[in-house]
Amino acid sequence: MARKISMRQAINEALDQEMSRDPSVIVMGEDIVGGMGGDGEKDAWGGALGVTKGLYAKHGDRLMDTPLSESAYIGAAVGAAACGMRPVAELMFIDFMGVCFDEIFNQAAKFRYMFGGKATTPVVIRAMVGAGFRAAAQHSQMLTPLFTHIPGLKVVCPSNAYDAKGLLIQSIRDNDPVIFCEHKNLYGHESDVPQESYAIPFGEANVVREGKHVTIVTYGMMVHRAMDAAAALAKDKVECEVIDLRTLSPIDWDTVLESVENTGRLVCVDEAHPRCSIACDVSAKVSQEVFKSLKSGIQMVTAPHTPVPFSSALEDLYLPSAEKIASAVRKTMAN
Amino acid sequence: MSKNPFPLDKQGLLTAYRTMRTIREFEERLHNEFAKGDIPGFVHLYAGEEASGTGIMMHLNDRDRIASTHRGHGHCIAKGVDVKEMMGEIYGKAMGSCRGKGGSMHIADLSKGMMGANGILGAGAPLACGAALAAKFRGDGGVGISFVGDGASNQGMFLESLNLAAVWNLPAVFVVENNGYAESTSRDYAVAVDSYVDRAAGFGLPGVTVDGTDFFAVYEAAGEIIKRAREGGGPALLECKMVRFFGHFEGDQQTYRGKGEIEHVRAQRDCLKLFTEKVLESGVIKKTELDAIDKDALKLIEDAVTAAKAAPMPAAAELLTDVYVAY
Repeated sequence: MARKISMRQAINEALDQEMSRDPSVIVMGEDIVGGMGGDGEKDAWGGALGVTKGLYAKHGDRLMDTPLSESAYIGAAVGAAACGMRPVAELMFIDFMGVCFDEIFNQAAKFRYMFGGKATTPVVIRAMVGAGFRAAAQHSQMLTPLFTHIPGLKVVCPSNAYDAKGLLIQSIRDNDPVIFCEHKNLYGHESDVPQESYAIPFGEANVVREGKHVTIVTYGMMVHRAMDAAAALAKDKVECEVIDLRTLSPIDWDTVLESVENTGRLVCVDEAHPRCSIACDVSAKVSQEVFKSLKSGIQMVTAPHTPVPFSSALEDLYLPSAEKIASAVRKTMAN
Repeated sequence: MSKNPFPLDKQGLLTAYRTMRTIREFEERLHNEFAKGDIPGFVHLYAGEEASGTGIMMHLNDRDRIASTHRGHGHCIAKGVDVKEMMGEIYGKAMGSCRGKGGSMHIADLSKGMMGANGILGAGAPLACGAALAAKFRGDGGVGISFVGDGASNQGMFLESLNLAAVWNLPAVFVVENNGYAESTSRDYAVAVDSYVDRAAGFGLPGVTVDGTDFFAVYEAAGEIIKRAREGGGPALLECKMVRFFGHFEGDQQTYRGKGEIEHVRAQRDCLKLFTEKVLESGVIKKTELDAIDKDALKLIEDAVTAAKAAPMPAAAELLTDVYVAY
């Protein structure tokens, strides 16, 4: 039965259901329980933004608060995964990958290939991504392209509660390491989510709006901005097809290419920085595969090549807006 | 029959000797093969350090996991990884432990509890914590053992792992194989504390330092530490002071070592020689028994090299297997 819940609740529910289903699923991270070792309440936090709240009461010691020590616990999650567990490690903010990246890209990502297919590393690393929270330069990045670049990692970035639940369940069941990117501005976003467990396969993009004039390819919070832009453009009789990639690795090229073949126009929207971004990646693929279908130059709307600023005046400018997306769409229509 | 003064029975002593002899033969042979230009890539040899890996691994079984280092051949052999497959891997052949996709620095065999040699110094320590955590959840009595050199003992991930293991009371053991050099840099230059026991104490762990060239010292200390970890007593650090016979990597001219140093350690601190002298002197083992093992080891390595050289390279299709590829 579906009911409206937030992305925060959907993630919590996915963890809860997978922990109930499979005893090898364990969850670790900084303050994911909260209050460990103190005299006060246990499960005080349930993670920095309350995503894991309540799970400790149900699953006890299978949720582990870690020391503030990302190298050690992300590495331990990777090691436990190689030894038959299915750990979900919360990195809190994706920006913190700098202190534990080796365990992700040199260890987890490479075991299966480097050991000749004789190892699996079913670890999920959940982390908050994205700007708009006034969290400044070290707590606001996307960094999705960095992970997408690494063979061996799978990269997921849901835009809504329904996808978050199904994709997290799939991530936990997947035998490869998965970087699960949760946009911090979407935790409160509600959508219809079935109570029962379900998995959304990787590499299946979602066409969230159909249209015949322009294809907009995006993911994460930008899906909502793109939808706002599409709604505004519809008033001017410009029909946008909006594609939510949902997973960046694997990526659903078929849906993207088919849509561009129909519309002949492409706008790539990415909250990451412009260089070597998902937007660049999609643009390059479309140019390579369906160049002849294009009626005008591909447009990219991305964050600028700057750190994320703190001041609201600047951060609001930093993020691609619905207006910027609409303007890029109009540019492709001009030709 | 002589009275056995050792902590192992005769069979155990012969097994220890066979393991150490096999490692020595493997590494000496690789040294020679590398000099001929037949070995691709980077090779870091364990010769001179055999007593450490062997003395520790004799307490382990397949459910115990080890996370090794770039200098991992000895750990692999002592943990039971197939020697012919290892040699095949070092030659980059399809019959290798990792089907030619890992090489010397990444030999692994999870079925033997060998979580991989590792090209990143110190990276194995958190992995061993994970192995220990998995064992703890399963309640199977398994332990996770992390090996680092004196060099990687300065890595943040190693130090963080000491704390994590202590905080979570993991069945983990951290072995510092102190051979005196981090690549070319002296341990005394790069490690601020005189004793790893002090460093362990700083993280709330018991620490023990042993003469890593003395198999029996390693064997006894490791036995106690591992037993304690298995029984829920928590993690510990074991420092094995040892010597490196060869350079950091093959091709290293070792001009940073003192005059006569290598000759001295080979003559005075050869763990295999010291072991041999002790067991022969006791009368528990006869020279002919060791000679027979020497002969076996020689043949095993000869066969391994011959097989590796003759084996086919991986097929081109192997480039794209064992990883998600659809791009």
